[in-house]
Amino acid sequence: MADAREVARLVDEAHREHWARVLAATVRLTRDLDLAEDCTQDAFVQALRTWPDGAPEKPAAWLTTVARRFALDRLRRETNLRRKLPMLIEEPGDDDEDQPADPLRLVFTCCHPALARESQVALTLRLMCGLTTREVAGGLLISESTAAARITRAKKKITAARIPYRIPSDAELPDRLDAVLTVVHLVYTAGHVAAGKDLTRADLTGRALELARTLVRLMPREPEPQALLGLLLLTQARRDARVSDDGELVLLADQNRARWDLRLVHEGLARATQALQAAGPDGPGRFTLQAAIAGLHVTAPTWEATDWAKVVTMYDALLVRWPTPIVALNRAAAHSLVPGADLNRVLSELDELGGEPALASYSYLPATRADVLSRLGRAAEATAAYDEAIALTSNETERRFLNRRRASLQV
Amino acid sequence: MTQYMFMLFDDEKWFDDLDEQSWIEGMKLHADFTAAVEAAGAKITGGEALLRSSTATTVRNLQGAEPLVTDGPFIETKEALGGFYVVDCKDLDQALELAKKCPSTVIEVRPVMETGEGAGPPA
Repeated sequence: MADAREVARLVDEAHREHWARVLAATVRLTRDLDLAEDCTQDAFVQALRTWPDGAPEKPAAWLTTVARRFALDRLRRETNLRRKLPMLIEEPGDDDEDQPADPLRLVFTCCHPALARESQVALTLRLMCGLTTREVAGGLLISESTAAARITRAKKKITAARIPYRIPSDAELPDRLDAVLTVVHLVYTAGHVAAGKDLTRADLTGRALELARTLVRLMPREPEPQALLGLLLLTQARRDARVSDDGELVLLADQNRARWDLRLVHEGLARATQALQAAGPDGPGRFTLQAAIAGLHVTAPTWEATDWAKVVTMYDALLVRWPTPIVALNRAAAHSLVPGADLNRVLSELDELGGEPALASYSYLPATRADVLSRLGRAAEATAAYDEAIALTSNETERRFLNRRRASLQV
Repeated sequence: MTQYMFMLFDDEKWFDDLDEQSWIEGMKLHADFTAAVEAAGAKITGGEALLRSSTATTVRNLQGAEPLVTDGPFIETKEALGGFYVVDCKDLDQALELAKKCPSTVIEVRPVMETGEGAGPPA
């Protein structure tokens, strides 16, 4: 008989590793998300009960078999379950218990374009990661009732509007995959922003990394999941350096690079490189370019010694792929740091972006302008731009940083 | 197969300078759409084009009061409801693909509720 604590650890590990796979295989049988979730949950409870007598060699297969047996029992017993509108499943292939592509169907359903982005995120955390509604709410800083409403509404829409449980065709894949990767990135960001302050939210970074790894495993030939994993690893590598000993956020420019996690840096760079090499005929995708930019940052010995010209080249390519004002702003900021850059030109680029509604309340725009203006010796205008940035930021650390920069101006 | 209603919303400027030629062009676009639906293996089971929204009259059945009759559409929008189709599709993905081929600026796609014999309240 195994130690109870050891069994709890094993079940917990299986929950993190295999939840999506067990649920996805059970959905194919029940054709009902709620029922499949209940049965999957019950299978993990059953594991806690029976694994002390000997844990199975293949926990995922064991859990899938048990969850599907529970599902069959309930489908036989409860006739009203059969009256419910079943989910639309393409090629159900029910004879195979466990199909490797099952979790992919699940994630593409969670991130279907007919669902709002916020519902996609909540549903992915719930169905792919097996988080409870309370955990989803805590992770996304929303109330439990809001989280529950988002999840319930999305599940209802999947059935009622007949969103199919399937993997998109090759023609649809780029767009559909982009939505999935965006959701995983959002999960990571939600955890990353909170890192250092709130440990339950920081757990989301781990969940996002696991999701990215799952996607790489399921779609080994696609460069973009590989790139997303690389991007997340390179961000994660800087985690400890992002927060100072007194809990303050440290900007990339000021980070102690010796505190970066080299193991994560190496793996992140390898993933980013692999993605760049595997890029299709249209060139590298959005996440591949972002991973490449992150790679240029982590391989630089200092902020100043960063290969800014190359960073700008990457942003140029990214702007073609993803023409958003924020990318344009990041490009201009990088451009201003290229040695010998034409700062007047950068300034006019930044002024052009001033009209973008998406940047209207974004402090990074006036902060970048202020920096360029001060380097051009236009201290009075720089002061005004810092004031604008200070008024816009809601982050204390950033406000202190901007105040210091403002005070150092020679007016 | 599932039935979806495609609600077509458009700027009504089309009506302003409507002549024989633009009428024929408009009808041709819809004939092309019908052909595309059939080519995809889906089926149009209903649909109508509507006259401009200024010809609409709205009746509000208010509780405990006389029904209120007003001139004009219920909701005034720049893009007004100008027609609809009911299309029998394999799933939502097919419906959305077909909506992308529909000759209209904005298309709201909604599943139709089953009300025939044997149908019950939706989940």
